[in-house]
Amino acid sequence: MNHPIEIYDLHKTFANGVIALESVNLEIEEGEIFALLGPNGAGKTTLIKIICGLSTVSSGNISVMGLDIDRHYKEVRKLIGLVPQELHTDMFETVWDTVCFTRGLFGLPKNDRLVQVLLRELSLWEKRGEIMANLSGGMKRRVLIAKALAHEPKILFLDEPTAGVDVELRQDMWGLIRSYKKRGVTTILTTHFIDEAEELSDRVGIINKGKLVLVEDKKSLVSKLGKKQMILKLSSPISYLPEIFNEFKIEIKNSGEILEYTMPDTDQGERVSKLIKMLETQEIHFKNIETIQSSLEDIFVRLVSKK
Amino acid sequence: MVKQINFVGILTIYKSEWSRFRRTFWQSLITPIVTTMLFLLVFGNAIGERVGGINGVSYAAFIIPGLIMLTVLNESLSNSSFGIYMPKFTGTIYEILSAPLSPIEIVIGYVGSAASKSILLGLLIFFTSTFFIDLPIAHPIPMVLLLVIVSCTFSMIGFTIGVIAKSFDHLQFVPLLIITPLTFLGGAFYSMDMLPAVWKTITLFNPIVYVISAFRWSFLGTATVNLNASLMVIFLMFFVVLSLIIIIFKTGYRIKT
Repeated sequence: MNHPIEIYDLHKTFANGVIALESVNLEIEEGEIFALLGPNGAGKTTLIKIICGLSTVSSGNISVMGLDIDRHYKEVRKLIGLVPQELHTDMFETVWDTVCFTRGLFGLPKNDRLVQVLLRELSLWEKRGEIMANLSGGMKRRVLIAKALAHEPKILFLDEPTAGVDVELRQDMWGLIRSYKKRGVTTILTTHFIDEAEELSDRVGIINKGKLVLVEDKKSLVSKLGKKQMILKLSSPISYLPEIFNEFKIEIKNSGEILEYTMPDTDQGERVSKLIKMLETQEIHFKNIETIQSSLEDIFVRLVSKK
Repeated sequence: MVKQINFVGILTIYKSEWSRFRRTFWQSLITPIVTTMLFLLVFGNAIGERVGGINGVSYAAFIIPGLIMLTVLNESLSNSSFGIYMPKFTGTIYEILSAPLSPIEIVIGYVGSAASKSILLGLLIFFTSTFFIDLPIAHPIPMVLLLVIVSCTFSMIGFTIGVIAKSFDHLQFVPLLIITPLTFLGGAFYSMDMLPAVWKTITLFNPIVYVISAFRWSFLGTATVNLNASLMVIFLMFFVVLSLIIIIFKTGYRIKT
């Protein structure tokens, strides 16, 4: 079974000598939502542009559903829908016409029913007769999504789908992306909003300075690299802990006012209650408990700043 | 694997370019016709009466082929250069490039539509002028064929300009500073035979001379430059420009990053 997208040893150097991508290897799984995370200028958009035919490859191989993107570009492009980052639209075209236009470019016959369903799903039906120039930014973004879906692609690229989008639309957009996942559409989205990746994706790829630093299942990434900690603020400071606490990984901080316990991944809560009971029997009282779990954001910052 | 030609895609580009044309109907259709009629009125009638006949026809009838070409060349250039420059400028070209369209198919869509407009315009100017003057037409079918190939060639040149252009100024540069002077000096308003020998030789390096000469032959039945030479130049231009466009798309020059 071919992966929807396979990238081998991809290099991209721009005409001005800037290296945009360096030995990128990546396999996208069927039906997943893959979030490509990285700071501005990391190479996210370049990667998407190359796969979609907007940018050329310097070296390396990319195949989509087992088809080479250069040799079989027609078949490949029929499988892909692209929502670009910038709101590029023909200002004087109506919403309806511009969506039909895209479908036509892909060589497909008119399908009013499909376009109607798309426009309704994206709450654009009322605006179908408006010209693009009259639409708000959020509406334009929706139109671009409708355009990208007009030829019923199997793979959807969303380049920063929620950049400059208000909170409400953002939620809508997320709902929409999830609904396409349910229909079996493989989605690759780029974002520099970590919460977006955390919220939506199955897997995360972190790209920095043209290199794919890490590709990992989101959950395992958070549990593997994320730290779960319990912070106990003590009623009265202590200078040491009795030996029986050695089985726990505890540090004494703030001159004995705070105990910081780092939980093992395996802990489902039993260890925590055991620790609390032991503290009570040892008459070490605390006035406050706080648990913290490092988010994708912490992991991201750690990884990106390390490189 | 046999690549299927994306006819629907070509037609989609073609039609969308026509709808752009419709939106600017007055500007793109009526303006050139009015301008040409003004030329005809001033040069043909007012001045022409004093000039008298050239090659056995009235001066007005003599300049009509040149006037049609002047408009057709400029409109071909500006329509097609604008047609491809706008998507580049607004960024909507991403759609065309990420669609299953080959470079040739894209060119056929854009150039085909720009050329059709020019052909339509050429014919309209022709028919409009028959209301004003007595216009002989010796070879009607070659006349239309010449109109077609010249429109296609110059639409392709325009397309190339649109691809290379970095600003709106660049779009105007070639039509205004190269093509218009070459057309004026290409015998649109005078017969080459009127020139001194030296200038006549220099003029032969101007490709537009051959275009106008051949086109005038289709009207008047006589040509100032050898007809075969004209046809050769016209076909040569067509193929040179076609190859240039294919190369541009193959390398992605100024289109892909």
